Amino acid sequence: MGIDYIIATIIKIVIVMLVFSALAGFGTYFERKILAFMQRRLGPMSVGPYGILQIMADGIKLFTKEDIIPTSAVDKIFKIAPIITASTAFMAAATIPFWPDFTIFGYRVQPIITDSSVGLLYVIGVMAIGLFGVLLGGMASSNKYSLISAARSSAVFLSYEVITGLALLAPIMLVGSLSLVNFNAYQVGGISNWLVWKQPMAFILFWIAAFAETGRTPFHLIANDHEIIDGFGTEYSGMRWGLFFIGEYANMFFISFVIVLVFMGGFGDGSVLSALAFLGKVAFFFFFFLWTRAAWPDVRPDQLMWLCWKVLMPLAVINIVITGFVVMF
Amino acid sequence: MFEAIAFYIFSILTIIMFYITISTKQPLYALTSLGAGMILISGFFFMLGADFLGVVQIIVYTGAIMALYAFGMMFFNTTKEIQEPRHDSGAVVTLSTVAAILVIMIFVGPIIGDKMVSLYPPLQGATNTQSIGMVLFTKYLVPFELAAIMLLVAMVAGIVLAGKKMDRSLTLMTEEEIAMEQEAKNKVLV
Repeated sequence: MGIDYIIATIIKIVIVMLVFSALAGFGTYFERKILAFMQRRLGPMSVGPYGILQIMADGIKLFTKEDIIPTSAVDKIFKIAPIITASTAFMAAATIPFWPDFTIFGYRVQPIITDSSVGLLYVIGVMAIGLFGVLLGGMASSNKYSLISAARSSAVFLSYEVITGLALLAPIMLVGSLSLVNFNAYQVGGISNWLVWKQPMAFILFWIAAFAETGRTPFHLIANDHEIIDGFGTEYSGMRWGLFFIGEYANMFFISFVIVLVFMGGFGDGSVLSALAFLGKVAFFFFFFLWTRAAWPDVRPDQLMWLCWKVLMPLAVINIVITGFVVMF
Repeated sequence: MFEAIAFYIFSILTIIMFYITISTKQPLYALTSLGAGMILISGFFFMLGADFLGVVQIIVYTGAIMALYAFGMMFFNTTKEIQEPRHDSGAVVTLSTVAAILVIMIFVGPIIGDKMVSLYPPLQGATNTQSIGMVLFTKYLVPFELAAIMLLVAMVAGIVLAGKKMDRSLTLMTEEEIAMEQEAKNKVLV
């Protein structure tokens, strides 16, 4: 492990951080625009052409807004909580390959921070730690809406982690590896080799669970505006609230990458065309998050738990048993 | 060299985190620092090349156990400091004795470790996950299955203890059934 490896890794980390922080900002713009078009509105239009500079205005507002900390809150935990959400979202990206290997200035670049042998498990595990940001933020705010949101978040995350894990187990059994690069290699050779055809049930279960893991509509109970204000974010203002937002959007991007890498063929054989198709697929899954938000209402908490434990979990277990038999014989 | 730097950073941070856990009076500080300490321990697994165990440490201890602790703490007012009434000198004596023995063992450990021979050396070319699977399903098959049965028993017991009116679901009931149930309840009150 030489010094060049360390430098290369640090450069990769900085690039991933910068690109996805910026994308989180663009994500809010896309979300507002897409929601607006689906609801026959125009969305942000005033700042810049088609409102594209709205992100800058939002950024200036978030950075310069007064950072209010309630008197009765546990101030240290209150301050740390948004950082936990944002940092775990970015840490989860460490084992995701964002582009096939390429050569630049004579260096062979692997656009993945570390190709660990347990990549997939790491992504899911670290993403699940993001729960603590919401949980601690809600508990430290000393606000009853925040507390309700914290309780809901831990219930939802703990339940849907089970679905995520069980749904991914079947593809893992087929591929025989936890590395996302190996997942990609397994599916090289066209659309017919994608895992989604072999594991349609796992794909749908994981996709549903992805909505819960990122806390998006229809599972947006942790910050349900019409009943618990903004949930864990009620007491937050300025950039601390912005960090929660960056974490949520980064999670949406990273989970889209994971869905595409595991089920939809990833970047295929590594040619430029298939790599662009890879980004296109990721963009579609990100778009689907926004589409669902425009089209679906939220479900009730009891419906959410019913769906998790009485519908999705048995299906996931049956899927694993069937896959096990197929792999064995 | 980088390994040494990482080791010292991780160990100092781990000790600080666990010290905060036991010394603070604020339950949220204790919860947060315990969770952080558990994650920092996974750093040691990664440094030793045991990637799988490192990730499992994160998922099981921080993702599952700590989250359950936090879920339990919903029932307290976590913003208030807690005054512990007990000052048991017996516990202090026992704990410091155990700590002293542990320190001795830490220093003696490398001497014993040099003489140890691995009975089941890791297979050449097998990844971390594969070697764990092989050991788990050959040498430790019986303990593994026993643990599985114990977990199953605990799960069934948990469901039986916690589940009241398991056959009743508001989601599956029709409006009339809910209305009838509500009426029956009102009659009892009258």
